[in-house]
Amino acid sequence: MSKRTIVWLKVVVHGVCLLPFAYLVGMNHTGELASKADPVNYITHFTGDWTLWLLLGCLAITPVRRLHSSLSWLIRLRRMVGLYAFFYATLHLLTYVLLFSGYDVPTAFAGVQAGHLAEPWRQFKLVWPRMLDDVEKRRFIQVGLLAWVILLALAATSPQRVLRAMGGKNWQRLHWLIYVAGIAGVVHYWWLVKTGVRAPMRVTIVLAVLLLARVGYVGVKKARSRE
Amino acid sequence: MLIRKGNGIASSEITPKGAYEAFQMDRRRFLGRVGAVGGAAAMAGMFPGTAGAETKLTTVASPYTVNETMTPEAKAKSYNNFYEFGTSKDEPARNAHTLRVRPWSVKVEGLVAKPQILDVDTIMAFKPIEQRVYRFRCVEAWSMVIPWDGYPLAEFIKAMNPLPAAKYVQFISCDDSKQMPLIGESGINPPYSEGLRMDEAMHPLALLTFGSYGETLANQQGAPIRVIVPWKYGFKSAKSIVRIRFVAKQPDTTWNMLNSEEYGFYSNVNPSVDHPRWSQAHERRLDSTNSIFPKTIATLPFNGYANEVAGLYAGMDLRKNY
Repeated sequence: MSKRTIVWLKVVVHGVCLLPFAYLVGMNHTGELASKADPVNYITHFTGDWTLWLLLGCLAITPVRRLHSSLSWLIRLRRMVGLYAFFYATLHLLTYVLLFSGYDVPTAFAGVQAGHLAEPWRQFKLVWPRMLDDVEKRRFIQVGLLAWVILLALAATSPQRVLRAMGGKNWQRLHWLIYVAGIAGVVHYWWLVKTGVRAPMRVTIVLAVLLLARVGYVGVKKARSRE
Repeated sequence: MLIRKGNGIASSEITPKGAYEAFQMDRRRFLGRVGAVGGAAAMAGMFPGTAGAETKLTTVASPYTVNETMTPEAKAKSYNNFYEFGTSKDEPARNAHTLRVRPWSVKVEGLVAKPQILDVDTIMAFKPIEQRVYRFRCVEAWSMVIPWDGYPLAEFIKAMNPLPAAKYVQFISCDDSKQMPLIGESGINPPYSEGLRMDEAMHPLALLTFGSYGETLANQQGAPIRVIVPWKYGFKSAKSIVRIRFVAKQPDTTWNMLNSEEYGFYSNVNPSVDHPRWSQAHERRLDSTNSIFPKTIATLPFNGYANEVAGLYAGMDLRKNY
């Protein structure tokens, strides 16, 4: 595949990955988002869902690439998809911190406008204990935060020069944590929903297929090497 | 306390003389007698073709009304938990049109003087319909302020003459898979069951509800007949009731059976008892404020109805009996 084609492909992937975000911004712009019964709930699920799907998209690249040698170019898109998963995960976390926690964004904003630059911090201190309480007590928050921290570490070490500085082996070891992040993300979803809700089933099935594909691949490879 | 108490005697306070007999009367004659007050309510049932569409109700004002910004009707009718029509909150509004709310009968059974089957229009016409603006607090930490139309559940219970042995009343919701095609995917074991201790059910705040916003209930709100128990989390207020059963022992209730750690039998709104997965100290008030920044307010004990209902639980450890 030519360099030119790859550039074009990357542009397309950027566009596709930004589409959900653009949709959210657009809904905010028209006022549709604000007029929803429970906008925060919508934004939380929206950003959470897209984090999971992009994370699964990232995990799908290797198994799909292995299907045929002509698909090897897919690997060149993997980092980008992974970074977008981190982008949506960060939006998801910010939704929790700024909207779900009870943080008073309008007051913080008005404070800054009036020249009280400490107002956002003052507001943050008011809701901080609630967040700490969540992190201490609630396992779905803990496992979700774990997934985000992993994605943060992977995003921070994603540039080529960091890879070179770390050495390929170390880098790969660290980046295997993407599996942990994927599993943690899905567990986070299951632990959040009420008993009986099966909404996380789809992502769970996709994750299971992707993980099994890897196990199967390694198994076949081992069997072949023994022959 | 935010409840404004009126001075006049609400029409619902008048003891129903021969109320029990009223239910036994020929329905047409009965409706005729109820006349002006119940007339509009009865109208809803006279046009079976309008099943599923909300019709206007004639209501009388009630002293049991909170003076807080109301949730717009469109929001209250598009954000519902009614798992029989799908587990996400926008699904019931899209799917509940398959529920046929007329004809509708309610079976009254168990420890009661005379078990019977009553038509919903007969039940609706039995007492003047009051409009009461109540806070509605969901266990998921959001809340609304909704004008419900109905009359005290106590009036209905009295008319049914429960036996002294009846200590609890159980509400069983419709579970017809023809009308509720998604019921099998809901994850709950149908039929939906809820219950109240008899003294809770007899409390004047417990409302037998037929409408909201001056109209008959939308299907996704639990048409045509439900209860509203404003000091408890929303799931305690059973929807689309088909059976009311008087029992001696605490009945099995749906969410309590599914996950007793998260959903107690009482489930009174209590900011100091966390749901295992989130704090109940605050709630997002969903009202007419159209903003992506939520209005987060402190949750009040018994959802702000402590003055009225706290006495029901005197001596009980509410941390244990959550």
